[in-house]
Amino acid sequence: MNAPLRRVAISVLVLFTLLIVNVNYIQVVRSDELRGDSGNTRVLTEEYSRERGSIVVDGTEVALSTPTDDTLQYLREYPQGPVYAPVTGYYSLVYGGWQLEQAENEVLAGSDDRLALRRLADLFTGRDPAGGDVVLTLDPAVQETAMAQLDGVTGAVVALDPATGAVLGMASTPSYDPAQLSSHDPGAIRDYAAELDAMDADPRLNRAIQDNYPPGSVFKVIVSAAALASGEYTPDTVIPAPDTLTLPGTSTQLRNFGNSSCSSSQEQSLIDALTISCNTAFAQLGIDLGEDAVRDMAEAFGMTGESRTIPLETAGSSVGDIESEAALGQSSIGQRDVRMTPLQAAMVAAAVGNDGTLMTPYLVDQVRAPDLTVIDRADPEELSEPVGPEVADQLQEMMESVVANGSGRAARIAGVTVAGKTGTAQVAEDVPDHNWFIGFAPADDPQIAVAVFVANGGGTGGDTSAPIAREVIEAYLEGQGG
Amino acid sequence: MTAGPSTDPRAGAPGAATPTRRNTELALLGFAVLITLAAQCIVDLTVTGSLRAELATFGAWFAAIWAGLHLVVRKLAPYADPLLLPAVALLCGLGLTMIHRLDLADEQADAASGGDAPVQLLWATVGAGLFVAVLVVLRDHRLLARFAYTLALVGLVLLALPAVLPASVSEVYGAKIWIRVAGFSIQPGEFAKICLIVFFASYLVDKRDVLALASRRVMGLEIPRARDLGPVLVAWALSILVLVFERDLGSSLLLFGIFVVMLYIATERSSWLLIGLGLFAAGAFLAYQLFGHVRVRVDTWLDPFAYRDEGGYQLVQSLFGLGTGGLFGAGLGGGRPDQVPVAKSDFIAAALGEELGLFGLVALIVVYLILVERGLRTSLVVRDAFGKLLAGGLAFAVAWQLFVVLGGVTGLLPLTGLTTPFVAYGGSSLVANFGLVAILVRISDAARRPAAPPAPPKPAIGEAPTEVVTP
Repeated sequence: MNAPLRRVAISVLVLFTLLIVNVNYIQVVRSDELRGDSGNTRVLTEEYSRERGSIVVDGTEVALSTPTDDTLQYLREYPQGPVYAPVTGYYSLVYGGWQLEQAENEVLAGSDDRLALRRLADLFTGRDPAGGDVVLTLDPAVQETAMAQLDGVTGAVVALDPATGAVLGMASTPSYDPAQLSSHDPGAIRDYAAELDAMDADPRLNRAIQDNYPPGSVFKVIVSAAALASGEYTPDTVIPAPDTLTLPGTSTQLRNFGNSSCSSSQEQSLIDALTISCNTAFAQLGIDLGEDAVRDMAEAFGMTGESRTIPLETAGSSVGDIESEAALGQSSIGQRDVRMTPLQAAMVAAAVGNDGTLMTPYLVDQVRAPDLTVIDRADPEELSEPVGPEVADQLQEMMESVVANGSGRAARIAGVTVAGKTGTAQVAEDVPDHNWFIGFAPADDPQIAVAVFVANGGGTGGDTSAPIAREVIEAYLEGQGG
Repeated sequence: MTAGPSTDPRAGAPGAATPTRRNTELALLGFAVLITLAAQCIVDLTVTGSLRAELATFGAWFAAIWAGLHLVVRKLAPYADPLLLPAVALLCGLGLTMIHRLDLADEQADAASGGDAPVQLLWATVGAGLFVAVLVVLRDHRLLARFAYTLALVGLVLLALPAVLPASVSEVYGAKIWIRVAGFSIQPGEFAKICLIVFFASYLVDKRDVLALASRRVMGLEIPRARDLGPVLVAWALSILVLVFERDLGSSLLLFGIFVVMLYIATERSSWLLIGLGLFAAGAFLAYQLFGHVRVRVDTWLDPFAYRDEGGYQLVQSLFGLGTGGLFGAGLGGGRPDQVPVAKSDFIAAALGEELGLFGLVALIVVYLILVERGLRTSLVVRDAFGKLLAGGLAFAVAWQLFVVLGGVTGLLPLTGLTTPFVAYGGSSLVANFGLVAILVRISDAARRPAAPPAPPKPAIGEAPTEVVTP
């Protein structure tokens, strides 16, 4: 009987090996998948049992965790809900994290490397582990004004500090209440999400950065920059400005806004063309400069088509494909395949305001440990230098003229020189135009650069968006004691 | 310890005094008790932050059990295998620790419940009593063969009892395998298992010559005569009956597997394995077609995540626990094993896997492997055919049960209602398995005991290699 007994012994070994291989497969190979499964409440309860860090704006917590009595020990709260929702996002049992709650999750949850030493200390001292705080660059006055001004429309406002790239405001409408997606009641969370899903414009999309739109005449600032930078143009150079322009190689007639005439002489100076936003003049100017000059200048201003991490992920901005001179003409007035995020539009204004130097935009000023010691601080970085100071000065002079005498008059502020540019972008037949305004102020010492975007506003950039920019700029300058 | 049984020296080598290895056993038992106490301390400190007052009582009691058993073995079975008892002690200690840890989780969730660990310790004490009783009464394992048919009857009655009793006293979670009297729940199937293994061993040793007879060869296989198929068909029918009347997939699978393997060991005919496999396949197919509860088990096994909120909930939670535990585990007291329903009994392996990690779970499997392989080694070394078959059957029963349970908990096999031997919460299983190990200890004592001084005229039968007794 020993031979079969030995075989049984070996079979037992095989059976046990099967068990061991299988637990290896479950506990090692499938470990991450099982750990991260939405039905596995272990990781989530662990995350909820730790005090998550706050998102702070100017000393006020706009997202914070408060202790509760239920099994998930902390509840995420957003005291000013919709005002900061485009930036904070939500922290949901059902849908996970969104916006900064997702992008800065490691800091907020306390698992970031910069908090590693502290975690080690927690282990020895028995201190309850907690997440770090994220302090934003946002200015409450700018953010609140922007959100209030956008009330009722679909749109976005981005405000930057031209000298540093710090984001002073990032508004997007319609907005939502992140607390309702971050409650501990999955049923209520799903109901609220269904409500948001049913809306025409998804409030969870941050239109300031997560989508791009045709910029229309705002793009003329970049074409102007390309012209001035070529050395062959000054603001006073007279360029052709016909009533209609037949695009090269086609029979398409390009006209001015409202079929108006730019100049009775069919030509005007560059500064006048920008001031009244003459389409035929800029289409011809772009064609004369050539695709490379226009594209290179757009890329220098940041329109590389690539996503940016600020630390929210942004959509790319680019001029798109330009396959003919006709296409170049249309692209030069910000139509065709040219796309910008509102953030990109603000970057254009900021670069001009900052003597031609474009600073990298950033949203997080400081990362703080739970005991409020600062463990990381933003360091403003130069992104590129699209134009030199002289060209920047010329562009500024032209943009001042836009607000003083041209399409952007609604952005004028008593006692403050505002430089800006309007944009009214055609979207499609029978669809209302997008309305844009970019600008910065005070023109001689820019403190703030803004971009205002109103989706399908139906009016013009000058009458719809410029007043919003004015309010935002005023709110900021008042807060700064200016 | 060398693993290869074939290299082991034969018991009772002439001239050399056989070491009893009792001190090895004592040292290993001390080690098992230490590990258990350390684990208990970790659980208390992690979950409540302080050691509970009863820990000293628990430690003393737990240590006393093994010290007592060690002394009994030293006296009554001095040549017994020194690894069997320590392996049991370690498994039992880890089980008690995890049950205590889950008690604490219950207390945190609801102050009223908990307190299963002291009950389990009490059952371990009862089991130890049975262990001692077996060693005292059963001075020679061959005595058991005399009562084979009585034990068969007892086994069948125990097995059948829950089926004929009203569901109110016998049904828990849909399986009719219990007898609930006066607050106690007994799973008679655990005892029936041992009775039937004793019967199988005795019966098969008697009949193995007949069963090993081959009538014809078909494709290189020895096919037994049709009339010799009787016993295996009876065992098969019995398993099906258990499945039908008690809805107990586990016991059914367990008994049939044990019988077929013992039949194979007794006859050395692998054709029996194939016949067994064929009957199993037929039975499995029939059961799947006929019984809803079997179909549900199989469907949830194939894709537990599709039934994650229904029948697959337990298994999915078990997999979540294991996956979250990962390589090193959450640490004792650091995981959420209480999220798996019935974690103390059926899913205790998942709880251990979550908190001790892959390393802990594999270590647990290896302790079982040591227990089983030492049992099989005993079977190889012991000189009488009945002892061989009995030890082989008992050792395989432990292995097969663990495989079926752990396979179920980890999704390798469909879930069955079997318990993890020595570890899971449940008195019947614990006590019965103490009895099982007592018999193994008794046989291993006989196996390693030096033969009586050979009578000068004839060569000692006991010294001859065991192979000579096989045909």
